[in-house]
Amino acid sequence: MAFDYGKFVSGGLGKQLATTLGLPRPTTLRRHTAGAKLINGAVLVGGHGDTPVADRVKTLLADAGVQVATQASTSVAGVVVDMTSVESPADLETLRAIVAPALKTLAPTGRIIVIGRPVEDAATVAQAAARRALEGIVRSIGKEMRGGGTANTVLVAEGADDAVDATVRFLLSGRSAYVSGQVVTVGKPVGSVEAPTDWDKPLAGKVAVVTGAARGIGASIADVLARDGATVVCVDIPAAGGPLAEVANRIGGSALQVDVTAEDAGAKIAEHARARHGGFDIVVHNAGITRDKLLANMDADRWASVLDVNLSSILAMNETLIPAINDGGHVVNVASIAGIAGNRGQTNYGASKAGVIGMTSALAEEVRAKGVTVNAVAPGFIETEMTDKVPFATREAGRLMNSLNQGGKPVDVAETIGWFSWDANRGVTGNTVRVCGQMLLGA
Amino acid sequence: MASPQPDQTRRAAILGGNRIPFARQFGPYAQASNQDMLTAAIEGLVARYNLGGQRLGEVVAGAVIKHSRDFNLTRESVLGSSLDPHTPAYDIQQACGTGLEAAILVSNKIKLGQAESGIAGGVDTSSDAPITVSEKLRTKLLKVNRAKGAGAQLKALGAIRPTDLGIETPANSEPRTGLSMGEHMAQTAKRWGITREAQDELAVASHRGLARSYDEGFQDDLVTSFKGLARDQNLRPDSSMEKLAKLKPAFGKGDDATMTAGNSTPLTDGASVVLLGSEEYAAEHGLTVQAYFVDGETAAVDYVHGEEGLLMAPAYAVPRLLARNGLTLQDFDYYEIHEAFAATVLSTLKAWEDEDFCKDKLGLDAPLGSIDRDKLNVNGSSLAAGHPFAATGGRIVAALAKMLHEKGPGSRGLISICAAGGQGVVAILEGA
Repeated sequence: MAFDYGKFVSGGLGKQLATTLGLPRPTTLRRHTAGAKLINGAVLVGGHGDTPVADRVKTLLADAGVQVATQASTSVAGVVVDMTSVESPADLETLRAIVAPALKTLAPTGRIIVIGRPVEDAATVAQAAARRALEGIVRSIGKEMRGGGTANTVLVAEGADDAVDATVRFLLSGRSAYVSGQVVTVGKPVGSVEAPTDWDKPLAGKVAVVTGAARGIGASIADVLARDGATVVCVDIPAAGGPLAEVANRIGGSALQVDVTAEDAGAKIAEHARARHGGFDIVVHNAGITRDKLLANMDADRWASVLDVNLSSILAMNETLIPAINDGGHVVNVASIAGIAGNRGQTNYGASKAGVIGMTSALAEEVRAKGVTVNAVAPGFIETEMTDKVPFATREAGRLMNSLNQGGKPVDVAETIGWFSWDANRGVTGNTVRVCGQMLLGA
Repeated sequence: MASPQPDQTRRAAILGGNRIPFARQFGPYAQASNQDMLTAAIEGLVARYNLGGQRLGEVVAGAVIKHSRDFNLTRESVLGSSLDPHTPAYDIQQACGTGLEAAILVSNKIKLGQAESGIAGGVDTSSDAPITVSEKLRTKLLKVNRAKGAGAQLKALGAIRPTDLGIETPANSEPRTGLSMGEHMAQTAKRWGITREAQDELAVASHRGLARSYDEGFQDDLVTSFKGLARDQNLRPDSSMEKLAKLKPAFGKGDDATMTAGNSTPLTDGASVVLLGSEEYAAEHGLTVQAYFVDGETAAVDYVHGEEGLLMAPAYAVPRLLARNGLTLQDFDYYEIHEAFAATVLSTLKAWEDEDFCKDKLGLDAPLGSIDRDKLNVNGSSLAAGHPFAATGGRIVAALAKMLHEKGPGSRGLISICAAGGQGVVAILEGA
């Protein structure tokens, strides 16, 4: 068993040592479980001037049985500040005045959500400056927060307010445990925004395809989508058939052994989903590999295999999958922090994952007419069998180089993918959201 | 003799199959029991065909080498699987014919309307073998067990002599002749003049065919990896006549012995299962009918008195099956003749070409004739895959059904499997 710093400093001698030396001590994050409350405490809701989104949030909280607070106190677990009406930097004082006292008393694993409007839609230069300033404030708050709390910005386009609920719910809940310092853009919905009958089963009746589902993050994605009500087609290479069957049977899904780089992979997946489940609503392109080498030593095989599996295969499969996906469906791609920040020894991997991010925004526009959303998740340091094999110092550095002082779990990535797949979330498309605990790399 | 009309029954469809890769004895599955392997094969099938929580008509399977504790092997495997625990199961055993016989039984119930769906399969381990004690020791130990009181038990124990001690493991030999299967086969090979070269050629073709089928992805929806093994361990894609020629004979005596470890199947561990159902069941569950299980036949020969070779029973079963279905030996797109030994396949084919054999032994006016060898064991057979006895039938049925489905409706395949005790199980499948 590899040494785990987080466990070491959580009690006994390790705890004493860390406290004496002033070393970071990671908090156990609040993670969603079936039937869990949206948030454990009241939510303080405020804003500047007209607050159309804050008013929606109050209704949403009432629906979810969460108390709305009017001032900071120890019973407050979250703060939502509607800054959609800011005109100039002077208006930012409102944000300081609401959040500063709240930070002193906020319960552990608290949530700060700041709502703004997209910078590019600003009417004046001063408004653009003020809107962009929100991002700087929130990212800094994220770094100041303690106790496993997160801070995120939500930019809601004019006229898209009714599409914001899914994102606010996601960010308040334990589903976003490892998402911090992020900017989510809610735009004009691609189709009707449909609240689920039961917010605990937001994917009820849906059919999802998950590639690379045999282990690690892929298996977790399958688990989460199934927990939230979806029937999952679990796809992986034939050599992973045993563990793939285990995942499929655990969640009552079906297993399909196919190499995503095979020419007929898309057709096989579409046909399987059609014949067995009457079609599909969600595709998660998760399958990926690494073949690390410094570029100076990188051969063509390593280069090509990573690009083939991680990027080209998705483009090829989408030729078949996009026409076949049910209208109003959701495509989610798994990118990586390496596609944003780059990584030594990973030119091939970085290329593929940055490519995924580019593909995501372009495809989102292309399939808007079909009512399909396309988003990407970019995981940071996620604890898997793969990271267990990383040398101690590198691993601990990876774990600690973020605002939450710990690595994320596969389920954190899976939860974000689940949120992208909700029919209530049709306003979020073309986004790449990092699940990295606000990692310092590429921030 | 009046047979029931075919229109009184319905068709039994083969909907798919699954097996774990076959491993060599004491290989990656050395610690796996029959129950572990059969459960794994069922779990792969359940995942592939989305059978989780479903109550199937029945599951029928068996093992040739079996621990006495495994009296309910198949039912226990079902209980350990993701199938609805209300799915009944039973064990059968007909030596190497077990898997195919299980498929005949399940398909018959479906044809008669007694079941809508079912799984047929088989499993065998040559690694996790049961051990028995000598017959004398066993009798005396039973006496100890029966004895009342410590004194009586000690007395009974005292009756055990050092010469009683002995451990027996299952042997691949015939109880009535004491000869191993290989020695029996060597006699038959000699009788039919099967050359070493012809046997080695068949072995090479088997390895190449199976290797190609893996490379082409044909096995992708037939096999599910187990304990880190993703392909049959015995498979040698680079097998060649030159390499096989170097091997020393393993069976038979003298300079003209032809059978080697290369053209005989090794001891292996593995499991396979096949999903069968009515056409209505298939439609309801969104499953594609790959082939129909048309008919099956079994035969047995008297090898004990030397009248016929031990593994020649399929040579008798096939003509009876052909006659009943109004077919000739040439009316098939694929032939799957189980490669217990390369010589088994070649002796069987030669017998069907032989006028005297067909006349005297089969009572036919003319020989069955020869077959197009390009249609034989196209994707390899037991020489390459290995042969965990009861698992071979399921492997062949699932693979042939897929081949026939790819060939198209109305295509036909013939299966022939020899079995210990001088038995043979054969069947006809038709593509859908």
